Amino acid sequence: MIKIAIASGKGGTGKTFVSTNIFYALTRENISSVLADCDAEAPNVLSFFRTVRKETHEVVQHVPVIDVSKCTFCGKCHEYCNYNAIFILPPSGIISVIEDLCHGCGACSVACEYDAITEKPFPLGNVNISLYNNSHPVIEARMNTGIMSPVRVIKEALRHIRHEAEIVILDSPPGTSCPFIQTVSQADYVILVTEPTPFGLSDLRQSVETLRTMDSKFGVIINKAGMGNNDVREYLKKEGIDLLLEIPYSRETAGLYSAGRLLAEADESFGKQLLNVTEYITGKYGNSNSQR
Amino acid sequence: MFIGMIRRPKPRNAGRINKFNIIMKVAITSTGSTSDSKLDPRFGRCSYFVIYDTDTREMEFIRNPNKDATEGAGPASVQTVASRNVKKIISGEFGTKIRSLLDSLGIEMTAIRDPEKSISDIVEMLGQQ
Repeated sequence: MIKIAIASGKGGTGKTFVSTNIFYALTRENISSVLADCDAEAPNVLSFFRTVRKETHEVVQHVPVIDVSKCTFCGKCHEYCNYNAIFILPPSGIISVIEDLCHGCGACSVACEYDAITEKPFPLGNVNISLYNNSHPVIEARMNTGIMSPVRVIKEALRHIRHEAEIVILDSPPGTSCPFIQTVSQADYVILVTEPTPFGLSDLRQSVETLRTMDSKFGVIINKAGMGNNDVREYLKKEGIDLLLEIPYSRETAGLYSAGRLLAEADESFGKQLLNVTEYITGKYGNSNSQR
Repeated sequence: MFIGMIRRPKPRNAGRINKFNIIMKVAITSTGSTSDSKLDPRFGRCSYFVIYDTDTREMEFIRNPNKDATEGAGPASVQTVASRNVKKIISGEFGTKIRSLLDSLGIEMTAIRDPEKSISDIVEMLGQQ
């Protein structure tokens, strides 16, 4: 099995476009594949495939519940909490949990010597597992509205990837912060999708710098080639980064995508190009690195 | 969102108001440790808290221990000032996490949008009320 994350610093460069089309091309060749939508804040890969929902798992974290009749207001739970999630005013006899700030680490329960702290589940989101063509899982990480970080939901989604699959495609969240890192840290290879514009280049640079600190293997797909300028290509050459593919900008492609359709279905040669990319990656990084 | 304020049945210091005199302590967020310092527009991450006693007119400057907290500076700062029996807080703005908290503690919030006001200006304004 090889896990390939599709990421980009900048939003809207075509991560999901590339992920869904690669997945489609792979499944068309009957290559056992999984597509995981790790963009838990705005998951949308399911809108491109007719799938059947098989499982739903709720992702919860545990927040403390304080039994004030047992509490001695010693303040130890507050002291243990790294996130200021326990508010305590001993002289007024007030103690409360600020659930928004709680990371669910459980330190307060350990701290309490008076059995005053129990835990209750606090829902963060869901992991939905569907099957495409009755055989290829599409895993969706979907966090609830108002939750601060999608990281836990992403982590849980990644846990559900079955190891029988030959190729796993991880559609990463945008940016280069925790959700991105959580996703790409699980990958054997990262495809960075960029566009040949100054914004694309600026965010590509950030992604490259982040991935280098993580010792990740990566290459770049330039989407919407033909717009902007040549700076991204020159940057890649200078940095010695693999340019895997250029996808020309076209209004028809954009139209197709926004109608929820796949270019690889309409244009077989595009599907072939994507298969060549995955063959190149699996050939070069497939076996040696799959233990990560 | 602030959920579940728990109160002991009989709070020991339920307010500090008696029939004859209203002792009120006010917390003012300050950029520095003197009365010439300007109002700090941020509550949770201000540099100093001034605890001003409207009765004795004494001022106490406390360095804010929560200034560089990774998370939850607001609620932690509420704890810092509420533990000094403050009944009113004057600052530039108040975040969403602490408004309901302050409401449930019965602490009044006053936002002053003028960052040029010094601590002594604000204390003077309090005296005129």
